[in-house]
Amino acid sequence: MERRTIFAGWALPAAFVLPQLLLTIFFFLWPAGEAIYGSLTRQDAFGIKTQFVGFENFVDLFTDPLYVESAGRTVLFCAAVSFLSMGVALLLAVFADREIAGRGFYRTMLIWPYAVAPAVAAVVWLLLLHPQIGMIAHGLKAVGVDWDYKINGGQALLVVVLASAWKQVSYNFIFFLAGLQSIPRSVIEAARMDGARGWRRFRTILFPLLAPTTFFLLVVNLVYSAFDTFGTIQALTQGGPGKSTETLMVKVYRDGLVNQDLGGSSAQSVVLMLGIVALTVLQFRFVGRRNSS
Amino acid sequence: MNGRTDWTAHIVLGLGVLLFALPLWLVLVASTQDPAMIGRGELSLWPGGGFSVYATVLREGSPGVAPVWHLLLVSFGMAVGIAVGKILISVLSAYAIAFFRFPCRMLCFWTIFFTLMLPVEVRIIPTYAVMAGFGLINTFTGLTLPLIASATATLLFRQTFLAVPDELVEAARMDGAGPLRFLRDILLPVSAANVAALFVILFVYGWNQYLWPLLVATDSRLDTIVIGIVKMIGTGDTSIEWNRVMATAVLAMLPPVAVVVLMQHWFVKGLTEGDK
Repeated sequence: MERRTIFAGWALPAAFVLPQLLLTIFFFLWPAGEAIYGSLTRQDAFGIKTQFVGFENFVDLFTDPLYVESAGRTVLFCAAVSFLSMGVALLLAVFADREIAGRGFYRTMLIWPYAVAPAVAAVVWLLLLHPQIGMIAHGLKAVGVDWDYKINGGQALLVVVLASAWKQVSYNFIFFLAGLQSIPRSVIEAARMDGARGWRRFRTILFPLLAPTTFFLLVVNLVYSAFDTFGTIQALTQGGPGKSTETLMVKVYRDGLVNQDLGGSSAQSVVLMLGIVALTVLQFRFVGRRNSS
Repeated sequence: MNGRTDWTAHIVLGLGVLLFALPLWLVLVASTQDPAMIGRGELSLWPGGGFSVYATVLREGSPGVAPVWHLLLVSFGMAVGIAVGKILISVLSAYAIAFFRFPCRMLCFWTIFFTLMLPVEVRIIPTYAVMAGFGLINTFTGLTLPLIASATATLLFRQTFLAVPDELVEAARMDGAGPLRFLRDILLPVSAANVAALFVILFVYGWNQYLWPLLVATDSRLDTIVIGIVKMIGTGDTSIEWNRVMATAVLAMLPPVAVVVLMQHWFVKGLTEGDK
């Protein structure tokens, strides 16, 4: 889409677009270029000579069992967080969409957690699940569950999934509710005339009509759980015990900053970038189709 | 539902409210209690011991971490700086792209658009290297500037600007308004709701940053409150003053939650209509 009426001249618009463009070049394009360059080169042990090695860093990456394991773990983690937070949010949104007393109150009380920082959500869950101070942890021990996520990797993964999903429910709730509200009442009325109610109405009418929202949220949630949960994981488990909660994001951080392996971490950054590009393209193709239909 | 109360809805939504309110209540309660008791897991469900811990953390903080008033100050500066900065440069660039024709206009647009695919997390290491080259490590500028460039805000404003009717532009021009006056007197007032919504979203975004401040500011004088809390917990094994951690968590949640709740109406509209 373009405007028909425009202003003349190009000095003013050039000056207006310049700040945004400079920031983009210095903090986005240049670093991205460096990452690509770094991923194709390798430094010797003393950091003096840099050699072009083609795709060797990538070959190393994908033949490294630790990286492949971490990638698999990340997929599992992202799927669990997205499924859990979207499922709970959809359930709440369906009921918040009904004409009931106090819906404004319910809405506010379900929206505020949007503002909680991922790392602060971790503190909240420490108080519930920490083996020494956690309330739920004590309850679990009382009924004979051997609960200690500082030692048990599976439990640790569960803890970071719960804390990450909890924080994201609000965001999904806002979008699901908006999606439900944009469905014409006449459609819902017509369904009721046909006798579709409860679960059947949801499955055959509401859920299919929510498909664009669901797809949009799925992409957003995958990106959230892959990247924004770094703070949550760092505060709860630092990727441990062992490597049981080390997602790709935590691994980039550990390899690049803690272990100073720049070539390897550049290659990891490039892989993550490609992942995001793929998700974004997918999303825009889908949204584009939604608009034209 | 025939005038009868919809109990199922109230029960489901009530449980949903508790899912978020109960943990928050526990954090609040824990902040008022004896750290040794919390450490043993003997948390009572009712506040005890008073709220003096808040004055203490605000003034002193915890060992190895700046006082909380200072953490709050840095977080506030960072959140407002990012929100205002993003809105400012996005309004200007969106205005230029929507209302003018200049060389390389579409190249500029696509360059900005492309950054949508490069969140700060995937380019941390190389961005850090570039920042070090500029000498911006451990500076407030380094903390905020790289997070200010944003494609989402630009795209949102461009969309709003494209929807402004041609008649309005014509009328303004007839009255002798130049491009600057048109922007100030007509376009900005028309987009006020968008600006408000974006401010909430970007304030929360800036306040909640963790990874970038962790990298770029190792000097404890630039610690944000989110960084401060994670530092206080450490590995979670040594004797931690849990009441102080929880009080700091409450203080860390208060400003962004207040902004979201108070500006809820604009924020929800802006979020869902902007499609991101």
